[in-house]
Amino acid sequence: MQYLAVFFLAMELAHRVALGVVMITVIILSVVLTVWSERRVAAFIQHRVGPNRVGPFGLLQPFADVMKLLFKEDVVPSSANRFYHVLAPMISLFAAMTTVAVVPFANGIAIADVNVGMLYILAITSLGVYGLTIAGWASNNKYSLLGGLRSSAQMISYELAMGLSVVSVIVLADSLNMTNIVESQTANPLYWNCFRNFLGFVCFTVAAFAECNRAPFDLPEAEQELVGGYNTEFGAMKFAMFFLAEYANMIVASMVIVTLFLGGYQVPFWSEAPWFVQVGAFAAKTVLMIFVFIWVRWSVPRFKYSQLMNLGWKSLLPLALLNLLLVAAGVLLLGGK
Amino acid sequence: MDVSGILFVFLGAQIIVATVGTVWSRNPVTSALFLVLNFFALGGLYLLLEAQFIAVVQVIVYAGAIMVLFLFTIMLLNLDNERALAEKFDLRKGFAVLLGGVLLVELLYIIGLKTPIPIKQTALTTVQLGEAKYIGRELLTNFLFPFEIVSILLLLAVVGAIVLAKKNFTTSPKS
Repeated sequence: MQYLAVFFLAMELAHRVALGVVMITVIILSVVLTVWSERRVAAFIQHRVGPNRVGPFGLLQPFADVMKLLFKEDVVPSSANRFYHVLAPMISLFAAMTTVAVVPFANGIAIADVNVGMLYILAITSLGVYGLTIAGWASNNKYSLLGGLRSSAQMISYELAMGLSVVSVIVLADSLNMTNIVESQTANPLYWNCFRNFLGFVCFTVAAFAECNRAPFDLPEAEQELVGGYNTEFGAMKFAMFFLAEYANMIVASMVIVTLFLGGYQVPFWSEAPWFVQVGAFAAKTVLMIFVFIWVRWSVPRFKYSQLMNLGWKSLLPLALLNLLLVAAGVLLLGGK
Repeated sequence: MDVSGILFVFLGAQIIVATVGTVWSRNPVTSALFLVLNFFALGGLYLLLEAQFIAVVQVIVYAGAIMVLFLFTIMLLNLDNERALAEKFDLRKGFAVLLGGVLLVELLYIIGLKTPIPIKQTALTTVQLGEAKYIGRELLTNFLFPFEIVSILLLLAVVGAIVLAKKNFTTSPKS
């Protein structure tokens, strides 16, 4: 009997590890695709052609870029702190990759469907900033340091608005569990949180842009004033890891936005959809969000630092607070769902 | 020894190493990062006690917010030269040592006595303690008074921070 229990435990563990490996592969491949589509969409928006020579439609361009980076020399500046210089990209990538663990891809398909799923995401995303900050500090370069400082200030400022809009979602769903949050939005698109909780959706999306350091919030790596920001002194695969982390962050942020506000894996008007349809719906919504990320980057110019702080503290935070108040009052009056 | 026992020893060792590292590191950034490691291990210990909620909040609040601010300050001040930081022995430090010694004696005394200290107990089971819902309900009913006291304390700290910032602002030389 005991052996059987151990066997089932091992099977469960193996199942999760396998799912995790699959998800990491999927994310890395989607990073490749996202990099390619970012360049193509940017080219389209700017009336250019974009990369179209390597492979069909230029699809193999990212692979060629990675090969180039792989064969470059790995340089650590002589005055840099070697240990932290190596550690920083690892932290960034770790934080970007582990967030996906609690995201449900279909009903019952998640690597770890824990009860505090939403808080886990907040915890891990708040750790990602260490990668950038340490990278900036360890490079021993004033531009890098400024980039690192900017990123930590930015993260702290936007985390509050993000957390508050998450609270409004939790109030609506009456649970911290990601699957429950998706289930509470039902298969009827009108009940999805982007309509029920519109202000929260806007606040969270803006804060997610800031947390991912995506344009218009890409001040930590503002090329014009900071050379390359926190990653100025990084080359070869270490730079590639930062790059990978940035795009993985964007993909995972899209997944989280989809889960919290766009009904997650719910297929419109088909509540009993089989799991592969649900995974497909989830993927389609995620791709849509990634497109929005790219679209915004090539449409909105970068903020000034004062604008960034004003937006975070004077607009977004009060808005998120007001939204929480409204949602809580609504739930009290209408009795939840 | 079962799995949780092994994990406990592992996390405990990690906490001890991280704490010693925090105190002994000559580099302030290393100290801060050791402290982050310490908070992580502490979160792990909470998980072992099935207090999921407290474990995650521990990581969010301490590792994710407070230590980022610490690191920010350390980097902004650029505390490279740790010799300049080393303080001479003065009266304040002596007083701190005295107070610390008194606290240590008190703690040892209480542990030595093994008398149950009157602490308000909660009726929650360990599994319930892990869930945000039960903790929230308990905080706003049974423990409302301490909860509000802590809120006022935090509010005071915020007001104090603003007062300090304002004071510096007016007395600093005009740039």
